[in-house]
Amino acid sequence: MGKVLPLGGNYAVAYAVKACDVDVITAYPISPQTTIVERLSEFVANGELNAEFLHVESEHTALSVAIGAAAVGARTYSATCSQGLALMNELLYIMSYIRLPMVLTIVNRALSAPINIWNDHSDFMSVNDSGWIMMMSASNQEAYDEILLGYRIAEDPRVLLPVITSMDGYIQSHVVEPVEIVSDEEAISFAPKRRSWVTLDPDKPVTMGPVGDPSYYFEFRRQLWEAMKESRKVFDEATEEFAKRFGRKYSAIETYMLEDAEVAIVGMGSFMGTIKAFVDRARRDGVKVGALRVKLYRPFPSEDIARALSNVKLVGVMDRALMPGSAAGGHLHHEVAFALRQAGLETKTIGFIAGLGGRLLTMDNVKQMVNVLINYKDKTVKELPKEPIFIGVRE
Amino acid sequence: MSGLLGRFEIRWHGRGGQGIVTAADLTATAAILSGYYAQSIPTFGTERRGAPVIAYNRIDRQVIYERSPVVEPDAVVVADPHLLINPKPLIAGLKSGGYLIVNTAKSVDEIRGIFKRDDVKIATINATKLAMDVLKAPIVNTAMVGALISATKILSLDPVIQAVKERFPSRLVEPNVQLIKQAYELVKVS
Repeated sequence: MGKVLPLGGNYAVAYAVKACDVDVITAYPISPQTTIVERLSEFVANGELNAEFLHVESEHTALSVAIGAAAVGARTYSATCSQGLALMNELLYIMSYIRLPMVLTIVNRALSAPINIWNDHSDFMSVNDSGWIMMMSASNQEAYDEILLGYRIAEDPRVLLPVITSMDGYIQSHVVEPVEIVSDEEAISFAPKRRSWVTLDPDKPVTMGPVGDPSYYFEFRRQLWEAMKESRKVFDEATEEFAKRFGRKYSAIETYMLEDAEVAIVGMGSFMGTIKAFVDRARRDGVKVGALRVKLYRPFPSEDIARALSNVKLVGVMDRALMPGSAAGGHLHHEVAFALRQAGLETKTIGFIAGLGGRLLTMDNVKQMVNVLINYKDKTVKELPKEPIFIGVRE
Repeated sequence: MSGLLGRFEIRWHGRGGQGIVTAADLTATAAILSGYYAQSIPTFGTERRGAPVIAYNRIDRQVIYERSPVVEPDAVVVADPHLLINPKPLIAGLKSGGYLIVNTAKSVDEIRGIFKRDDVKIATINATKLAMDVLKAPIVNTAMVGALISATKILSLDPVIQAVKERFPSRLVEPNVQLIKQAYELVKVS
């Protein structure tokens, strides 16, 4: 049993990064991420963490430097969100396709315009094709634990992909709750520094990221596809081992009261906690509702989701980001609907768009969504809404 | 453990610069040190010194799943007497049998006259005066934590003092502990 500390999500993550004994931190501040790198700079300054802490002039540089650091074999960390993540975009693809491991934390925040520092999943979803393994936590404890899982998975020689861990801006990053932290020895024993990838070394020269003309480029894409698939096995092994060592069991998805559910809400992130609390209340009134939280977003756990929802009549998929012009409305709905279809299931879906740009989400919003599901649960597919339903917006 | 029965939820009202977010953090820290599960929830806007600020706490013996702001608090703490000119948002949702804890020079009866609620307990403390005496500054957050735990009995004094020791720079520990103890003694509840 580790030590329980009252920590905001950002500080929790900083403690985890320290415990993983990172070698290089590249930092550029942006709300609500700033206090992660701020705390890490204190750890470095007071000697608790022996790492290069690099203040850079932009997020673009933050990830460029991270690529260089990982390329020489350093355990590398950075954190960002929103516009900062958008500025990193071209480097995200370079990092993953060179197959360099690192951990990057996104403290989920809306994208401009209008300028908005508050929480939604627009930034996270905007990089979902970048070839990174992607997880989203729902508590500060989980945000902490994702860092340990992240390094273990990223540096596994069967994977060698960078990992994005994430938490909701403010709702987790700045909310204090109890977090159990493990000793540095325990963290390193769980996620040992393996230097398992090809690194830049003057004695054994290699070239990284050169031109890949049409006779090679395609194969790089294909190889990453395979590595991403393989990473699921490694994720499952890592979460098993994590549970054995630390007593907390994570899975690609978290299901709640789905066994006999007629309707269910699928979503991601910390608001799923409020949905679970709603399910508890609704169950007392005899409403057969359940919930499913997607933790692992890349690789997407399609089969797990289909299996968990196979007996549900109607699923409401809540997206906290918008895919304008798409019939699905949001990224998660798109993925979940495809997963159900590929599994040959009759389970129907409705898309909900909720909580964009920090718009408050409450129990009443959950009730509204569940009422929609109950009204439509016995209708045919043709009778379902053709567009996502926007929850809590002024029309 | 002291008198926490089930879930206890708190809403803090203050103004930017008075340390309301820190007050909620201290309360959550003290609750966690007492063996409870607790959240301290700030609200974020474009922070300006002097603007109204709200923060929340949830405390429970069990893990808390909810992530949304507190709507029906068991206790409301009003850290700035100037906020009393608009009492409606202060009292909104306060449960029957709940606590309203106000930083004021007024009496409990005068405060009850403003809010017109007979079904809640009202606690008053002149925290601004205490803070000016002890800290030489009108920073009332720690005094209001002292008043809160004294009026509601949800937490005992020791874990709150421990929380101050853990979260404050050492030069600020002693005066704030003194302030908490004074507020704890002097708060009037009816």
